[in-house]
This record gives sequence, C-alpha cells and structure tokens, in this order.
Amino acid sequence: MIPIVEAGGTRRLRYPPLRLGAAVAVGVLTLVPLGYVVVGALGVGWDGIVALVWRPRVGELLVNTVSLTVLGMAAAAMLGTAAAWLVERTDLPGRGMWTGLMAAPLAVPAFVNSFAWYSVSPSVQGLWAAVLVTTLSYYPLVYLPVAAVLRGVDPAFEEMSRALGNGPWKTFLRVVMPQLRPALLGGVLLVGLHLLAEFGALQSLRFATFTTAIYDQFQSTFNGSAATMLAGVLVLLCLFLLVGELRLAGRVRTARVGGGAARALVMHRLGGVRVPALAGMALLVVLALGVPLGSIAFWLATSTSTAFPIAALAATTATSLGLGAAGALVTVVLAVPVAWLAVRHGGRLSRLVERSTYIGSSLPGIVVALALITVAVTVVPALYQSTAMLLTAYAVLFMPRAMVSVRTALGQVPPELDDVARSLGVGPRGVLVRVTLPLILRGLGSGASLVFLAVVTELTSTLLLAPIGTRTLATQFWSNSSEIKYGAAAPYALLMVVISAPVAYLLTRESRRT
Amino acid sequence: MREQVRSTGTTTARDGVRVAGLRKSYGTVPVLHGVDLAVTEGELTAVLGRSGCGKTTLLRLVAGFDRPDAGTVVVGGREVAGPGTFLPPEDRRIGYVTQDGNLFPHLTVAANIVFGLPLRDRRARRRVPELLELVGLDEGYARRYPHELSGGQQQRIALARALAPEPGIVLLDEPFSSLDVELRESTRRAVVAALAAAGTTTILVTHDQSEALSLASRVAVMRDGKIVQADRPADLYHNPVDGAVAAFVGAVVALPATVTDGGATCALGRVPVADGSPDGPATVLIRPEQITIDIVGSGVSAEVLEIEFYGHDVLVRLALDEGSTVTARCPGFAFPTVGDVVGLTVRGPAGLHAPRAG
Repeated sequence: MIPIVEAGGTRRLRYPPLRLGAAVAVGVLTLVPLGYVVVGALGVGWDGIVALVWRPRVGELLVNTVSLTVLGMAAAAMLGTAAAWLVERTDLPGRGMWTGLMAAPLAVPAFVNSFAWYSVSPSVQGLWAAVLVTTLSYYPLVYLPVAAVLRGVDPAFEEMSRALGNGPWKTFLRVVMPQLRPALLGGVLLVGLHLLAEFGALQSLRFATFTTAIYDQFQSTFNGSAATMLAGVLVLLCLFLLVGELRLAGRVRTARVGGGAARALVMHRLGGVRVPALAGMALLVVLALGVPLGSIAFWLATSTSTAFPIAALAATTATSLGLGAAGALVTVVLAVPVAWLAVRHGGRLSRLVERSTYIGSSLPGIVVALALITVAVTVVPALYQSTAMLLTAYAVLFMPRAMVSVRTALGQVPPELDDVARSLGVGPRGVLVRVTLPLILRGLGSGASLVFLAVVTELTSTLLLAPIGTRTLATQFWSNSSEIKYGAAAPYALLMVVISAPVAYLLTRESRRT
Repeated sequence: MREQVRSTGTTTARDGVRVAGLRKSYGTVPVLHGVDLAVTEGELTAVLGRSGCGKTTLLRLVAGFDRPDAGTVVVGGREVAGPGTFLPPEDRRIGYVTQDGNLFPHLTVAANIVFGLPLRDRRARRRVPELLELVGLDEGYARRYPHELSGGQQQRIALARALAPEPGIVLLDEPFSSLDVELRESTRRAVVAALAAAGTTTILVTHDQSEALSLASRVAVMRDGKIVQADRPADLYHNPVDGAVAAFVGAVVALPATVTDGGATCALGRVPVADGSPDGPATVLIRPEQITIDIVGSGVSAEVLEIEFYGHDVLVRLALDEGSTVTARCPGFAFPTVGDVVGLTVRGPAGLHAPRAG
C-alpha cells in the first residue's frame, strides 16, 4: 500500500507551547551539572585548564577510560544481541526461563558484582577484570530493547529477503539488523554512558578512570578545580558518544505501519548448534548471576564479621524502597514531556532537548551531586541536605533509563489515534488521559522499574547527597565492604538483590507482552 | 451503477461543507492551490484523485488537524477555518475514518464505539447495539478487542465509532483500500448503507474511480491540488472537462473531429454532441461501450486486432481503415474473433473538448 506521501513527515512541525515549555524545563534541569563544569572551567581560565589537563596522569586515565568504554560497549552489544536472538528467534529450549535469567543481572549492582570477584580472588583487577565485570552487569541494557524489537518484527520482511535469495546470515545482516539498529544503538549508548559514569565497581577493582579519579580528587582536596577539569574531559567523551549515536541511528520510524495483527514469528531451528548455544547461555548465567550470588552466600556462611542487625537492616531497606519509588515517579513524570516532544515533533529543538537529558547521566554521580549542592547553596538554600535534592539528582542521573522506555512506547502509538480521538470531540488533555497514557502505561511502568532498580542500587551520589542519617542498602554495603567486613556487607548486598529481583522479573514479563 | 434518484438541484439542497479558496503548503511544497468544493447535506461526495494530489490534505484541513494557509472551511453554515478563525477538531463534530481504521488497541469494540460520547453514556455503553447493527455486525463483537477482528470488521467499527456522537459530517480517508477485494465489496455496501441510514453528509477520499462512481452522489476530481471537475457520476463520466479527466474515470477513445450543427464528424462517422457546442475542430471522447460491433459489417469498417475477455464483457481493439485504432466493449456472450472485419456504430452522445485554444 502506498502511504500518504503528500503529508508524511513534515506535517507536525508546530510545537505546542505548554508541552514544549515542560520539556525545555526538564532539559535545562538536566543541564545543570554540565553548566557547573563549564562555569568551573571558565573560572580556571585557559592557562589553568592546560596546566590541569595536559598531564601524563590525564593521558593514562584517558587510555583507561576509552579502552574500557570501547571494549565494554562491544562486548555488551555482541553478548546482548546474541542472547536476545537465541532466546527470541530460535527454538532454544527453556525460552521462558532464559527470558527471566537474561535480565536478572540488572538486579545485581555492578559494585556488588565486582565485590564478588575481588573478594574471592584479589588478583581480579585491572582492565580485563573491569571489562568482564561491567559487561556481565550491563549487557541486559542491550538485551532488553533488542529482545523487545525481535519479538515485534514482522516475519514477512525476513521471508521476503529469503525469497529474494539471501541466506539466513545475509538476511540477519541486511534485514534484521537494520530493524534492530535503533534499539541496539540505544542500548549500546546506555552501556557506554554507564561505563563512563561507573564508580563503585572500578574503584574496587583498582582500575582508574576519570570517574574514580574525580572521586579521589574530591576526597583529597576540597578545592575542586582539578576534578572539575577531569569532569570536563569526561563530558567531552560523553558528547562524543551522543553525537556518534545520533549520526548512526539517523531517523527511523518505529511505529508499525498497517492494521491488523502481526503474524506469529517463525522460530529458527538451531539444529547442531543447539548444545553449544545452551552451554553458552548457561555459562553466561553462571558468570553474571552464579558468581555474585555464590559469593554473597559464601561470605554470609563463612565470614567472622557476619551479623544480622534486624532493626538496622529493616530501616535501611525501608529507606531504599521509599527513595526508589519516589525517584522512579519523579523521573518518569519528567521524562514524559521530553519523550513526547522527541517522538511527535522531530526537529532540531526537540532533539536538542532530548539529547541534553542524556548528558546528566553520563556525568559521574559525584559531579551531579556537587553541581546540585552548589546551585542549591547559592539559589535555594532550603534544598541543601534535603530528600528533594537527592530525588532531583536521581532524576538527572537516571532520566535516560526512563526515556528509552517511554520513547519506545510512544513511538508505537500511531499519531492517527490522536486525530481520530480529536475528531470524536476529545480535547488534547482528554487524548493524553484516555488514549496516550493507557497505551504507554506499560512503557512508563518499565521505565519506572528501571529507575527504581537504579535508585535502590545507586551509590556515589547517595553517599554525597543523602541527608544526614539517611542510610541506604548501597551506602551501608559500601562502608562495610570498604572496611573488608565482607560478612557484614553481605546481608545488604543480599537485600539489594532480593528487592531488585522481582522488579527485574516484572520488567521482563512486561516487555514480553508488548 | 447506482441509480441517481436524489435531486442535486443547487437551489434547494443546503451545503453540508463548503470549502473556498483553500491553500496549503508544507514547508516550501505547495499542496493545495485554491480548492473550492461544495458538499450537499446528507449526500456522499467522493474526492477522487491519484495519490499525492492533495486529497488527504484537504480532508485534514476540513477535519481541523491542520490549519489552512488561506481560504475558508464552512461546516453546516458555520465557518470553522478561515482568516482569524480556527475551530479545533474536537469542537467541529466531524467524524473521521482512516485507511487503517486506527481503532484504539487498548479498548474493546464497545469502548471504542462509545469513545466520543459523554462519560455517562460511555458507562452505560449506550448506542453500542444500535451502532453495531447499523454497520451490520452482531452484538457479540462488543467485547472483542481490535486485534481479534478482520480488517473489514475493524473498518466497520471505525465507522460506528465515528457515527456514535452523531456528527453532521463524516470524512472517509481511503477506508476500503487496505481491504482485499471480497471484503472491500461487502464493507463498502455496509458502510454506505449505514451512512445513508444515518443521513450523514460524507466526504469519501479515494483513488479508485469505480468506488467513487458507484458510491457517491457527486464526484469531485482532484488534480495537482485543485478540483478540476465536480459533478454527478454520470455527468462526469459522459461529459468530462478534459481528456485527462475522461481517461482517469474510465477507458476512452479520443478522436479528432469537426463539429457542425450539434454533431461531430470523426473516423467513426457522425456522432451527436451536447447542444450548443461551438462549430469547428475539436476532439470527441467516446466510451468503448458506446461502440457497437456488427459482425455482418454495417457501419464503419474495422479489423479486430486483439481481444481481452473479462467474463461479463470483452474489450476489443480494432484498426479502422483510415489507420487509427479504437477500443470497443461488447457483452461476454457475443464477440468477434481476431482478424474479423466488422462494422462499428456509435450509440449515444459523445463528450467533447475543444483543442488547445487557438
């Protein structure tokens, strides 16, 4: 069917002012940390910047950070895509079980994962250890969106390609990959940004990147200009990633065109590679889940410092749950106008706003924290040391997690539904409440779950921003494990996993249904 | 073909929709160049044109999804778009059915149908049985979800949903083109019957000429962002304004001719034309079914070149002695064979259009 080309693409250029205003406000909020870095750099001046940045130490950090990011992104992309393909498009036995297990590493924070490896064998450190641990922790960020797309693709395209003489591999590269591209690039971008911002896991594996160096710098001297300059270099790396993804992804319409229900997918037969495929999946689960859980169990059972202070554990858990729920709510609510603008009003301004929300998360939590502290102290002193401030930091840090889900969900709502609803006498607000929100509710839910997971396991900015007396599972785990009280740290790690696991499970179940 | 019984007298019937001087560009691309169209109340008017001619844009401007750059849209006597006026779509009371139906996927059939009703009526599921019956579906469908329906059923529900708030006008944007042939016929019948029963003023946008001619009371042919002719189907078919319109609404034989005294002399002999046609050189437009083939050979002599058998009728390509070729349509039970020399006669008046002004 020939689409209505006469109107396509260009017809929705007018920005509705109210929603635009909300989106721009969110964009500006997420730019506060970047502004802090820029203002800091301006304060130091050009000579100061050269003196602080042009050092062998910075070169070393650059090599470390870039190697880790490139290797980690590549490994996560391959692992995530391969696993998603095996689970979603082949006759691999135990599909339901694998779906749950593949996303489960999201429930194990990277710094718990690293703890599991180094506490058992202190020789696990350096670049390869860092790549191993972060890949095992972050590959679900690629797996989930890619699996969701693979489930939704119309098999007709693949059949058409096969009929045109392309073998299965060629078909995968020429037909399936282009469809996966937005999801894959989005997932890989997220992995890259996480790697640039990772602190806990790398610190404990003694692998120095810009982020750990900035932390150390702030800890040793309160005068932050050296750290601010390091953050500046980190921001440049992040911008490089964002621009790269923008170039590669281009403009792709993800909404399914045409009515009726899609046909059921045809599963590829694994045949002779079934056993190696099963073995590979099992190995992945052992490394990503078995090692951390086993290690926690080992320390719980054997460590002399193991203790179960029930009241403290309960209070800490309640704090983490509350902060997680509130953080998820705030972040998703802020993500909606930006995602809506990006999906429905593709244009330079909306892309700018959307991209700006990614910048906050690519900065290390400590820079976000200090930027917010600086702004609060000078503009709204009441916010200093408040929970609201902590939630704002979470929103800035985890906006992309919500954004990816909300954007995808919105992209699947054909704009024609708005037109139809309007023609039935429903105003713009009614359309939002009665059409758009119900259709993207699942997307909002999975976005909120992702943010919840992130908040419950967030370490760096919580350490710095939490009001005095606010202790979370992550901060308690960190202080115990830093003091090599592995047994005392283990219950907190276990609780984080226990809280995160059902959410990770729900998430995969929800994403299966779309 | 449907009998044209309804009066289209311009003095008595009211205009359901009147569009005047409508212009619209997207970026630097002009799409509508001053569209004028009057749609009679209670009738079905088809806007017929190739894809890209601007017909969907026209529909979107009438519905209020876009603002015109210039011109006015008047619905039921009220200006809804014009200089300084713009009524948002939700306040226009215009039903809209898209090519894919676009049922709300999260709602049941019943909830889709009552979507445009006030809350109390939505709760009570008012009008659901009545509307399902109107579009020819039984009540069992009310609880189903859109993905459980066939394309034709989805389109019928989309129409029921559009009719539920009792709009004055319904716009149909190629509503049958994504259906397969069999489903298309039955869905068309159901939709037109429902619209006629509801007495709704309808604008149907389509690129399918037989659909436009058979369903509509009036057909407006659109080309390059302009309405080039708006007429009753039979008038459009037999008296097209130019050769392009003639060819667009059906097969046509165009022959050079000389007009004298209400008749045109051409290679097929003398053919009657409309009264008052000016004398002089012109082109006559003859439909293949107007040409009868006499196997015995009375009339203008021609040789059969090619036969296309369709069952209900047959298209015959013929070479006239003086060299030009013409196409005739004859019934499927009596037709010549290739190589026969036959006689041709033209029945009924021919359309006419003057050669380039000179």
